[in-house]
Amino acid sequence: MNKKLLALVVGMTLSTAATAAETPNLEQLWNMVQQQQAEIAALKDQLGESNARLQETEIVAEATVTAIEQFALAPMASKKTTFGGYGELHYNNLETDDASGTKDAIDFHRFVMFTGHQFTDSIRFFSELELEHSLSGNGHPGEMELEQAYIEWDATENLTAKAGLFLMPIGIINETHEPNTFYGTERNNVEKNIIPATWWEAGAAIKGEITQGLSYDLAAHSGLYIAEGDHKPRDGRQKVAKAKADDMAFTGRIKYTAIPGLELAASFQHQADVRQGEGVAIDGTLFETHIAWQRDSFQLRALYAQWDFDDAINTTKMGADEQTGMYIEPSFKLNDKLGLFARYSSWDNTAGSSTDSEITQIDLGVNYWLHPNVVFKFDYQNQDAPGESGYDGINMGVGYSF
Amino acid sequence: MLKPTLKALLLIGTVLLTSLSSPLVSAKGVYQSGPDFIAEAFNQPPNKATLWLTNDIREQAAEILGHPLAGLRVRYHQLDNKTAWILEEIGKEMPITIGVVVAEGKIEQVKILAYRESRGGEVRYPAYTRQYLGASLTHNNNLDQSIDGITGATLSVWAVNKVAALALYYHGQVINSRDPS
Repeated sequence: MNKKLLALVVGMTLSTAATAAETPNLEQLWNMVQQQQAEIAALKDQLGESNARLQETEIVAEATVTAIEQFALAPMASKKTTFGGYGELHYNNLETDDASGTKDAIDFHRFVMFTGHQFTDSIRFFSELELEHSLSGNGHPGEMELEQAYIEWDATENLTAKAGLFLMPIGIINETHEPNTFYGTERNNVEKNIIPATWWEAGAAIKGEITQGLSYDLAAHSGLYIAEGDHKPRDGRQKVAKAKADDMAFTGRIKYTAIPGLELAASFQHQADVRQGEGVAIDGTLFETHIAWQRDSFQLRALYAQWDFDDAINTTKMGADEQTGMYIEPSFKLNDKLGLFARYSSWDNTAGSSTDSEITQIDLGVNYWLHPNVVFKFDYQNQDAPGESGYDGINMGVGYSF
Repeated sequence: MLKPTLKALLLIGTVLLTSLSSPLVSAKGVYQSGPDFIAEAFNQPPNKATLWLTNDIREQAAEILGHPLAGLRVRYHQLDNKTAWILEEIGKEMPITIGVVVAEGKIEQVKILAYRESRGGEVRYPAYTRQYLGASLTHNNNLDQSIDGITGATLSVWAVNKVAALALYYHGQVINSRDPS
């Protein structure tokens, strides 16, 4: 019995001891909690440090990407100064109706560079420098021309003013004439010989909107100088090169563009004396109107222009007091790359006379846009002029703009 | 009697002064701010997000624009299947800032936020930008709708066309990356 009791006591003691070894006492528990708290605090510190590093990394990454975009890749918005240009190479193979004259020539007709600078969102500068016919200088066929150089200021939401040397707001191609924007290797003869495009003068101008889609242009600027012996407006372009400024000219235009694809416009210009104070004063007034309408793949352009000069100009050339021209040009784009056009033009720089001096021309051709900004052109022209002097033949060209 | 020159200058000056004193005076060129455009496009605040321009995206985007792409990413706003993009493209010489909203793969809105070119500002008219509504991308990444242009503003019209197509392409990338199916 005693042995049994002893065994039981020993057993219980051992059991209690074993239990005591597995269950920590209060002090041990306290120590454990303290240790765990320390570990949690350390982990929290590490996590906080990681988060801080992550945030720092994100900030560094953001700053790096921003810096790369701003300074290395230079997004467009930060480009205050812009550069562009266009050019066109022409080949003409033409012969007069009476075979007395030919024009068989290849010519890099225009090489143009644009430079612009934006001073602020509302003040900017535009310029266009052109090398015509590839080689300029004494005895060479070409010339270097400053076609645009002006400061433009958006005075209000509906009014923009500009000063400097700018293109006349007249006609369809005078202001927009990149080769990929029009049909035909050569620019049309009506705008060239009557308006006369490309035409620029120096002065000041404003343009604004009367209502959405109805805009106006008003300009006071240097004028033509049609010297004694000349009678065509094209002869009178001074190109703002030490130009005579005895008499200025004034131009106005009203333009309707409220319907997408449609432009209706009329321009008016008056100059009190195109002789610029030399001899008898001859005043000149130009009226031009046009429609340009594009609907899906179809486009129609038609223009009429007329100069009225004082009768005194008839002493130089009979009938030069009235000079008129018109053209109509339907075109159709077969797809994004290929377009066909036809144009009928007529113009007369001595329309005031009773003699038949009108020149007419039919053009048929194709534009192939290798890229929206790169175009190849081919066209056939048939020109009828007094004395069988009209040129017939083909024109080819390649042009680009960027 | 005043000389014609002086008369014309006085006329231009009068028009200028009249316009300057009108209540419409504001900085032309910027028609709406980016935040205002975004707020107008969504009926509740959208999420801001970034589309990183991977090589594939960069290649496709360059093809749509016709020139290499600047930048490493494009920021946009999104709410459900609707995204809004503010992108820039040069018309002739100056960048045009264009806002485009795309929902379910179709253009919901095109708005010219800033126009800085000398000619061709007609692209900002609602009558013009309405033509883009409902347009989506063809498999060649072109717009599936014909857009009637603006005479004398061909380059600006092209710029808006390209940006509209690019926004549709970006939208597709964002939606496709979110929905693997």
